[in-house]
Amino acid sequence: MSEINYKSRGSILNPLRTLSFLARKPVTLPLEPRAAAPNYRGFHLNDWEKCIGCSTCQKICDNEAITMIHIPELPEDPVQGVRAQRPAIDYGRCCWCGLCVDVCPTASLSLSREYIHTCEQHELDSYFILPDPHGMHKRFYDHGWRKTADEDLIDLQRQSMPEREPVERLQSFDEFIDGYDTQAAILEASRCVQCGMCHDSCPAHMHAPEYIRAIWEQDLEEAVRQIYRTNPFAHVCGRVCTRRCESACSIGVRGEPVAIRWLKRYAMDHVSHERIRAIAGGQRSGNSSGRRIAIVGAGPAGLTAAYDLAREGHAVTVFEALPEAGGMMRYGIPSYRLPAERIADDIDVIRSMGVEIRCNIRIGQDITLAQLHENHDAVLLGIGLQFGRSTRIPGSDHPGVHSAVDLLRRIRLGEFVAVPPAAVVIGGGNTAMDMARSLARLQIAQHGLACVTITALEDREHLLADQEELRETGEEGITILPARGPQRCDIDDSACIDGLFTVAVRSIYDEFGRFAPCYDDSDVQLHRAGMVVEAIGQQADLALLGEELTERLAWDRGRLQTDNRGQTSEPWLWAAGDLVNGPDVIHAVADGHRAATGIGAWLAEFAEATA
Amino acid sequence: MRPENYQAVSHPPSHEYELNIGPNHPGIEGNYALRLTLEGDIVVAARADAGYLHRGFEKLMEGRLWMQNIALVPRICVPDPAHMEICYALGVEMLGGLEVPARAQWIRVMQLELSRITAHLFYFGGVAATMGMYSNMFWGVADRDLVLDLFEEFTGGRVYSMFNVPGGVRRDLPDGFLGKLKALLDYLESRLEDYDNLFFSNYVVVHRSRGTGPMNRQQALEWGVTGPNLRATGLAFDVRRDDPYLVYDQIEFDIPTEEAGDALARILVRRRELQESIRILRQVAEQLPYIKGPVRCPLPNPLAWNVPAGDSYARVESSKGELAYYTVSNGGDKPWRVHIRGPSQMHAVQVLENLSVGSRIEDIAQIMFTLDACPPEVDR
Repeated sequence: MSEINYKSRGSILNPLRTLSFLARKPVTLPLEPRAAAPNYRGFHLNDWEKCIGCSTCQKICDNEAITMIHIPELPEDPVQGVRAQRPAIDYGRCCWCGLCVDVCPTASLSLSREYIHTCEQHELDSYFILPDPHGMHKRFYDHGWRKTADEDLIDLQRQSMPEREPVERLQSFDEFIDGYDTQAAILEASRCVQCGMCHDSCPAHMHAPEYIRAIWEQDLEEAVRQIYRTNPFAHVCGRVCTRRCESACSIGVRGEPVAIRWLKRYAMDHVSHERIRAIAGGQRSGNSSGRRIAIVGAGPAGLTAAYDLAREGHAVTVFEALPEAGGMMRYGIPSYRLPAERIADDIDVIRSMGVEIRCNIRIGQDITLAQLHENHDAVLLGIGLQFGRSTRIPGSDHPGVHSAVDLLRRIRLGEFVAVPPAAVVIGGGNTAMDMARSLARLQIAQHGLACVTITALEDREHLLADQEELRETGEEGITILPARGPQRCDIDDSACIDGLFTVAVRSIYDEFGRFAPCYDDSDVQLHRAGMVVEAIGQQADLALLGEELTERLAWDRGRLQTDNRGQTSEPWLWAAGDLVNGPDVIHAVADGHRAATGIGAWLAEFAEATA
Repeated sequence: MRPENYQAVSHPPSHEYELNIGPNHPGIEGNYALRLTLEGDIVVAARADAGYLHRGFEKLMEGRLWMQNIALVPRICVPDPAHMEICYALGVEMLGGLEVPARAQWIRVMQLELSRITAHLFYFGGVAATMGMYSNMFWGVADRDLVLDLFEEFTGGRVYSMFNVPGGVRRDLPDGFLGKLKALLDYLESRLEDYDNLFFSNYVVVHRSRGTGPMNRQQALEWGVTGPNLRATGLAFDVRRDDPYLVYDQIEFDIPTEEAGDALARILVRRRELQESIRILRQVAEQLPYIKGPVRCPLPNPLAWNVPAGDSYARVESSKGELAYYTVSNGGDKPWRVHIRGPSQMHAVQVLENLSVGSRIEDIAQIMFTLDACPPEVDR
């Protein structure tokens, strides 16, 4: 340490020292303006193209300086997770901490390198500024404080889901995804920024932010309560939902979206069935309306409507043609994705609300629709799409060519389905994947080896199946051949199916966007297989309506015409689910709610009119 | 005034009179007041009057998320904000069991020592101004600004850096930063002689500060004095050495002490500390290129971050003395209670009141400034 030479008596020559300063650079700051540091936290810049209006910046702002402003000119798309709102900053409150930048899920926000803002007299009216990419009052300064992926305060990585190895999976139809444990569920739930994009995009508008928060707080009963506000098929949707919520999740813009479906499954799996029944039952109205409603088809749409109507105090009877309730959930989705016990749990909760489900009764055969109409105030059709569509290629009428919905139904009914050592599935959607994977499991059981090929019209980027489903299908050794159209079935001398000829696809749609596949006939392949399964879509079986009613009802290009509530042109007859609005469980649930609300309102109007 | 608050005015004896200094007075740091009872120009009693700067930080913190408090705490002490945010972060890290990467720890030490330099430069300016020497203040403020330029460079903010989060720092150093740091250290070291010539070779300074506001070690310990004020009484106590945090145990530095305990001793201790800070920063600049890795540990989403229940006591050696955060969590997403031990609380209340008695009225400002009492830190 150097000694400080302090003196109690200064030298008379001391003032002369000042002369040396004449030759030195002044210590005062230069007067000319200089650029702020590249990292400087100046005023906000917001890239409106990137910003989705999720309002996470507003939530982290510790000074409540950020308000979301609705801008009608901007695009709004709940399905894509885009809101027509952008953050506005109150610079009377902002403290330039930059936390808004560090948590911004889209990385659209940054701070500029502007030290001091000067503006014209007429711009002085407010501290309240809507930041855009052009800088405050259109005076652009370069970007200062921004973030890289390392500096992000939000967690872009999803918790991995434990699942069995493909070899093990193929041995049985048992469920192979284990579900989150508590630790993983809390960590996954903590990734949510509570923006509510999932709520907006969900067809049923499930309260996902609320139940995710409850899971994070480990109040699982509250999570179940939030789930049951909008969805009685919580176990089912926790496993097989097509999860539009996750496509809209704002974390998914740059990272992996929050695993909303797995979190729902976690909450449902970790609360006892008795408690779930009690929680759902707590939402039931005590009064009986005296109204009787018949529902045809115990699928997700019909049962959701039944649940809602029973909750309101109506007497609901559901008629199901097959031995057990569940519709496509039970007979269309393989049990390795959705075990029967979980469907039974959901349906048991619905039954506990007072819904009567009568199975093995086929309307149109055992009871006519007219009889139902006589005994009930309203009838809801939730019969779904039971017939598989055919490709109508040469040979498709051969008995060795199957429809995927039929085959899947037979497998779930427990019938023995004999499969050849090699099979081809036509189609690129989830049903095709379900079919191929089910066939592979049957082949392993019957032959010890699996050989399934999927041919789809779409190219790999545009395959209709869920990405996760595609990944799992690939892992299980199933070959997916995209951009190949079926040409004809190859039938050998002994009149057995020997394979499928496919031809390369040039394009699927014409210039007007109509379905008109164009093939490259020079590229034809034969896929040898003893079985061809068509999984290219389904259609409804409307025989139950009868000729007279079919005549009376209004139709829209071959589909039953309904208003936005689900009411047909016959006021007592309603329709919901795949029959009118596809294509998955959550849409059916949403449609069931809509029809139930419609029926409830219609019955109330009816009661008023007759009173 | 409401009737129930009414008190009869008690007049001092006829040879005494009362004088209020502050809350707005050039001889008082910040918004703070002293009510003096004087006999002639000798103080016979002094009553400190805080509360003019009360912003309720401790209460505000209970309503904000763990992460949001980072933007709030630097405001508690304007001249030395880095110690506030780092001490808060240390407390939360203790509660959450967060492992701060080595590189972040070195960057934090750099930030703390740069902050100490800015505080001490400010201090010299303030002390000199109480003796009517404004050149020193201008120099101090101008040189401090060069350090603020460095803060701007690596933290993005000049005064309130808001650069630390529990778990590390928010950004890594920009390219070429350490070169700028070394250049600034060279410059500051070259300036020390000028400061000494201007200040310590000054007859007026030495004579006015020697023997002013003296306290002995016994008094200092009884009054809860810490930091440079305690070291000015000859006790070499420094949290950086005696209860090391961050990487101070890997850094060589001395703890300057003076024996006299008067205003001059307090100034000299800080003058020497300035040199020690430069010495520490040189070691940081040497070491940092070799310490690679992340600057922050992985953190949960700040909007859904529960810190485990418990309490922690984190203390650091700020430029004013021992600063500590007592943080209590009930396992929620916000602190349940935070108590801040600001060193100025002791220096500005009991020490200032006691040292004022017997001194002359013109020394009051000097005593307060040499104690480096920071009223915003008293009123939390």
